[in-house]
Amino acid sequence: MERSVETREREAIDRIERARARTKAFRDPQITTAHGAGGKATRNLVESLLVPALAGATLSQLDDCGIVRVGEAALAMTTDSFVVRPLRFPGGSIGELAVNGTVNDLAMAGAAPLALTLSMVLEEGLDSEVLRAEIAAVAAAARTAGVEIVSGDTKVVGRGQADGMYLCTTGIGLVDPRAGLAPGGARAGDRILVSGSIAEHGIAVMLARGEFELGAAVESDTCSLWPAVAALLDACPQGLRSLRDPTRGGVASVLNEFAVASQTAMVVHEDLVPVGRAVGGACELLGIDPMYVACEGRLIAIVAPDAAVAALAALRSVPGCEGSCEIGVVEAEPRAMALVQTSFGSRRVMDMLVGDPLPRIC
Amino acid sequence: MKFVSEYRDGRLGRALAREMAGIVDPDRHYKIMEICGGHTHTIYKYGLASLLPANVELVHGPGCPVCVIPMGRVQDAIAIAHEPGVILTCFGDLLRVPGSDGTLLDAKAASADVRVVYSPLDALRVARENPDRQVVFFAIGFETTAPSTALTLLRAKAEGIENFSCFCNHVTIGPPLRALLDSPEVSLDGFVGPGHVATVVGSGPFEFIPAEHGKGVVIAGFEPVDVLHAVHMLLEQLCSGRCAVEIQYVRAVTPEGNPRALEAMATVFELRPQFEWRGLGFIPDSALRLADAFADFDAELRFGVPGVRVADPKACQCGEVLRGSIKPWECKVFGTACTPERPIGTCMVSAEGACAAYFNYGRLVTTARALPDDAVHA
Repeated sequence: MERSVETREREAIDRIERARARTKAFRDPQITTAHGAGGKATRNLVESLLVPALAGATLSQLDDCGIVRVGEAALAMTTDSFVVRPLRFPGGSIGELAVNGTVNDLAMAGAAPLALTLSMVLEEGLDSEVLRAEIAAVAAAARTAGVEIVSGDTKVVGRGQADGMYLCTTGIGLVDPRAGLAPGGARAGDRILVSGSIAEHGIAVMLARGEFELGAAVESDTCSLWPAVAALLDACPQGLRSLRDPTRGGVASVLNEFAVASQTAMVVHEDLVPVGRAVGGACELLGIDPMYVACEGRLIAIVAPDAAVAALAALRSVPGCEGSCEIGVVEAEPRAMALVQTSFGSRRVMDMLVGDPLPRIC
Repeated sequence: MKFVSEYRDGRLGRALAREMAGIVDPDRHYKIMEICGGHTHTIYKYGLASLLPANVELVHGPGCPVCVIPMGRVQDAIAIAHEPGVILTCFGDLLRVPGSDGTLLDAKAASADVRVVYSPLDALRVARENPDRQVVFFAIGFETTAPSTALTLLRAKAEGIENFSCFCNHVTIGPPLRALLDSPEVSLDGFVGPGHVATVVGSGPFEFIPAEHGKGVVIAGFEPVDVLHAVHMLLEQLCSGRCAVEIQYVRAVTPEGNPRALEAMATVFELRPQFEWRGLGFIPDSALRLADAFADFDAELRFGVPGVRVADPKACQCGEVLRGSIKPWECKVFGTACTPERPIGTCMVSAEGACAAYFNYGRLVTTARALPDDAVHA
């Protein structure tokens, strides 16, 4: 007897999920912008080329930070490069991003940021005033975030070999002993929180390039997230399971990482995801899903159901996070998937980013 | 957002779904094709199939502009991109469409200057800003995008911009529908008509469907409520024994279309006698090329375009997917060898492609279930 359509479809889906669960060899003949976009190609590059070659136990966890233990203390360490174009955009600049990006990676490990290093690759011909302004931006952001710049490096490359300037920061932080965070910490029933409206940084930078002749008042959300994390640790240290900042690849990629690490389903209620009017309009016109657009000052928190109310109140008390809200729940099935529940009551898969709709946004 | 949010109203959609359940004949199977890839995308993005009565089946049609581009034309574009001094501009989706030898994204990584634009006017601006370079716009799409290409070429001519040209791959919606309706393997009860194309061409080009084939067409908008409303209207036609071209998308479409857009197209383009469609083969009078008066802007004349014909990969069943004769997941390579990150077929590339829409949103069918509205609290 011929198998039913449902059975054959189920088999096809199972076959796909098995193929997706396998770690694929890195076979791309050359690097494309997709490898830097924070989606599937980035993950493939990291998992199949970098980790096998470099990994110790810490790196293979693929967290934003590595944890180094020194006596009783746990130090979080991370590094990040910044190649954003243009250097300045509404709401921020490369200098501010370079501090906040690294500070936020530390904060997502539950670590209070202590110190940063700053490496600069400058292009021959860069206007000194531009450099002066960016150093001032670094200093101001570091002051706000409460970190010291303790070391640095300067290199200059020939004209045309870099786009004005690239910055690289490395940070260390002290892991808060109350933090029991892990990307795989989510359990069925947990709540998914976001600390404000999404997609603002990516859209602000893209509009600042002036390529689309769209005038919209959108500002980057770049800021230090340590105050938000500190508030969460004060309010519900036990109930805080996982934290990540949705930078490249956006909220969708973070939720997929959580879903895979915890072998649960992340179910986001479409109507509850905060998207500003101007950002929503720009995404609509450009055909971009805001769930895939980068933030630089937002976090996604997975919290235990009984901690959700306290966590939300704590987040909303932090300046810049007043718009925090709950956007979904963790379910047991289907495992390792992020889903969107539509206002129609139906559900769809929300996969990781493929390709790179918005290159060089950070 | 005015004119958007009200068409994404879940309550309205569920009400339409309930009404449809009330009017269909439970002993009958209804097979409805949405012609346009934009509708396919909406159907999967909002999970609309799961809201319809179980005996109403949606079949995906050939109206995804990226999906119908044959590999040979992509290979031609890659060849143009590698010409010295050329900046090739195109819509983002095209970067990942495989030719016989890689994609435009690969060509870009291998030093060709390939740039993504959101409109042909952006391509013209690139030409103005780079007077010492040859800027080529890789034009694709149905009558939806053809007018903007036409207006861009009119402007290029008026401004005398000599370093701009167009690699024209515009196609028309009527001929593939005729081919589809003439093919014996497809049995359909009606069509959800392409709203964007109809804003330009009006409802006239679809009149042959009820007249010659006795099937209804409802031209629909692209929001989920639009699509459900159009299916509802088609079911009403079917249940009352009527067949006609009706317009659901009345906020944008008139029966006569957009005369200015049609005039610009008529000035700039002429019909090609033959054009190859991915998976559908050569269809006569189905595509546009630049008219003689615009020959100076024709990239196919300006550059040595190889014009090779590349057979579709053996494993690829895009043609059957585009004709609606198989579901995306029934393709031999779907989701395993052919994925959005490493597509073999065009239907897996564009967000409007049936395979990509199913892969990105739909891999859920047996586990999907509607939840009560209060499942998550704000």
